[in-house]
Amino acid sequence: MTLWERAQLAITLLAIDPQRLGGLVIRARAGPAQAAMLAAVQSLDLAKVKLQHHMTVEVLNGDIDLTASLAGRQLVTRKSIFDCAPSLFILPMAERSAPQFSARICQALEEGRGHALLALDEGVEVGDGLPDALTDRLAFHVTLDDLALQDLSPMTLPRSLEDIRAAVRGVTLPAEVMEEAVILAASLGISSLRAPLLLGYAAQAHAALHARYEVTEEDLKLAVMLVYPHRATRLPQDPEPEAPSEQTNPAEAPQDPNQAITPNDLMIEAVKAVLPPGVLAQLQTVVKQPASGSGSGARRKGNHRGRPLPARLGPKNSGARVDLVASLRAAIPWQTLRKAANPEAVGPIFKASDLRHKRYEIGSDRLLIFTVDASGSAAVARLAEAKGAVELLLGEAYARRDHVALYAFRGTGSEALLPPTRSLVQTKKRLAALPGGGATPLAAGLAAAFQLALQERRNGLTPTLILLTDGRANVALDGSNDRAQAAADALMLAQKIAEAQIPALVIDTTIRPEKTLQTLAGKMRAHYIALPRSDAKSVSGAVSSALAHS
Amino acid sequence: MKQPFPFSAIVGQDDMKLAMVLTAIDPSIAGVLVFGERGTGKSTAVRALAGLLPPILAVKACPVNSADIKDCPAWCEISDARVQSIATPVVDLPLGASEDRVTGALDIEKALTKGEKAFQPGLFAQANRGYLYIDEVNLLEDHIVDLLLDVAQSGENVVEREGLSVRHAARFVLVGSGNPEEGELRPQLMDRFGLSVDVLSPTNIDERIEVIKRRDAYENDHEAFIAHWQSEDATLRARIVAARAALADLQTADSALRRVAELCIALGSDGLRGELTLLKAARAFAAFAGDQAVTDEHIRKTAVLALRHRLRRDPLDESGSSSRVARTVSEILGD
Repeated sequence: MTLWERAQLAITLLAIDPQRLGGLVIRARAGPAQAAMLAAVQSLDLAKVKLQHHMTVEVLNGDIDLTASLAGRQLVTRKSIFDCAPSLFILPMAERSAPQFSARICQALEEGRGHALLALDEGVEVGDGLPDALTDRLAFHVTLDDLALQDLSPMTLPRSLEDIRAAVRGVTLPAEVMEEAVILAASLGISSLRAPLLLGYAAQAHAALHARYEVTEEDLKLAVMLVYPHRATRLPQDPEPEAPSEQTNPAEAPQDPNQAITPNDLMIEAVKAVLPPGVLAQLQTVVKQPASGSGSGARRKGNHRGRPLPARLGPKNSGARVDLVASLRAAIPWQTLRKAANPEAVGPIFKASDLRHKRYEIGSDRLLIFTVDASGSAAVARLAEAKGAVELLLGEAYARRDHVALYAFRGTGSEALLPPTRSLVQTKKRLAALPGGGATPLAAGLAAAFQLALQERRNGLTPTLILLTDGRANVALDGSNDRAQAAADALMLAQKIAEAQIPALVIDTTIRPEKTLQTLAGKMRAHYIALPRSDAKSVSGAVSSALAHS
Repeated sequence: MKQPFPFSAIVGQDDMKLAMVLTAIDPSIAGVLVFGERGTGKSTAVRALAGLLPPILAVKACPVNSADIKDCPAWCEISDARVQSIATPVVDLPLGASEDRVTGALDIEKALTKGEKAFQPGLFAQANRGYLYIDEVNLLEDHIVDLLLDVAQSGENVVEREGLSVRHAARFVLVGSGNPEEGELRPQLMDRFGLSVDVLSPTNIDERIEVIKRRDAYENDHEAFIAHWQSEDATLRARIVAARAALADLQTADSALRRVAELCIALGSDGLRGELTLLKAARAFAAFAGDQAVTDEHIRKTAVLALRHRLRRDPLDESGSSSRVARTVSEILGD
């Protein structure tokens, strides 16, 4: 079965039972393939509603329509966009969904109104894409990026969907089939229990499509190809990738009941046929970019609290509060004109254009955490440059709302030379005496900087990590002189920094760019800059420009 | 709308179910935080809880569900003292809810049509004496979290804005759920939840099959399924009501207090709140089990729930806090 046929089947099955299947993710860049699929969707006999990322909370949740209320002098409420007959919601550029937005869609899908979602995921990298919480609720996922133009053919959907829809709930789903679905999911490392359910429903829809009254092996196989591959985290013959890090019930741990039951090879083959080679290996190395809203500090602008800014025109922002005084002030100059046009009106006449909204700015300062290699190998001169750069950056700190902290690592551990500060005087005093020399405990330095970054982020600062080193780590986290372990520890920390989404910058201070350091920067998702002959000015310049880009 | 999935029909997830039952027995435990993977039945359990809770008596017209007309806030001007039995409120706090919606605000309808300045109660008012549920709590906007922290602590909602000055009781059990991969929770907010549970999807194949079967029956054979499980829910409800009554007479020996203190000191859990919550949870558990006094066994069973989210976190420690608590518990209480 070709990719295009699979895509067609996915749309057909979704059209048969949108309520229970939840939806479809189409991963493709804008292009003929995506367009052809959208055209097919448009021809479906389902109500279709387009979702947009800039839809405000009022639109999503329903709220008072302030403009209409003011104009009509009576309360006008607007219904939530989800408050309608069962519809297919179409979400373009789904990879851009803000967490709050996608969480609201998830809720809408679960409310039992019978909605379904078609998500157009235009993500490019392996890591980016639709939020997992949403993908999990949608039965199907098709990737169309590898299609050639000649593969495309117009999609033909079955004519009489009505009959099939009526039949689908009547299709028997034998208990053995469901058991097979569960076992297969477990052997592919799919932990969510929604997957087997969705698989069952997809198989039912497929059976109904072929006018069968009971789900057969064939139905299940085709459904497996559509529902499981993108959820798989391993293939059955692979060893367990890692044991769950937290066993809540240690008594359960020793025997693994999965081993006793082996999944059907036919089904495994079906999954393998769909998976592009190497995908799973790739998946294990890539950290899925976690969603970035966090309820833990670092918000930048809002319209609820903080330092007040001038009021703004127009109800553009969701949840914004009306600034009554400013709105009145905007409306008053027009009153004579409006009264003339509307002589019987009493009191001031408001127009939507008069509304002004309150805006506040919440201070979120940036914290630059310099982590400087003060070991013998990195040459003491580097330290002087770092010190110089810190001073230069601090000089502009007031204008740019930056704080600076400095860690140095050498010998067996790291040392906080400068706690987060904006004071230039204090900094100069502390930086004057800093010894260099000794081994390179890179991991310890990263660990200290990482902890500080996490802590300060909770306090509402936005930390950025700047690492100046030659990358020749030779002291492990536990203080031993084990080179391999030292490198592994450093990489582990780099991964953690990336997972915590702390922006970072790695400045390579060696004469020839260091390969291991580039790997480290990659793991950390950091900018990598080689500055073999750096001085304080160039470090400060590199930092400023890298930050401006991020 | 369909009836929610029955609480007793949830397969496994014993910790999560126990934690919710304990808050139903003693609401002052103040909340459950459920963190876990997708598709493990977090929100199903909360929706199910609403169907399980025993009804409460509340003054008919009171917007904050007061039990007695004396407790009704003055601003709602209630003269009718009749009470009625209502379901324990379980109120959803949606992500992206505005401040006005949460705390209550000027009643725009009255302001526009009658020119009156009146207060329109918000979600905090609705949730009084019940539950406030936040799905994806880790994605909640910061300013709402701030409001929540204050109200959960003081049990009172104060609105002072736009010419309004209103206060009312807002005592509720906070239930939050979320997926830790999507963002973390501020330690301060974490602390407001009395108990915390980590849910994993079941690893046992038979259990997984059972989950799927029940869900399928719920979807496709709705009436029969609900009828079958409703009696189980009724039994559990009766046990909760009995445990509430038994709580007052429950003995707590000094030795139990000492055990709890020892545990908290050994774990270095922040503040005394952990100690207090563990004690309450152990008492509620003892009452639920039908025992006369709190024993080590009750403490053992509830320690992980009450303490695992209160440990100072070490970002480099791979072993989770649940196992740290369990280890310390077996060191102090013996195996």
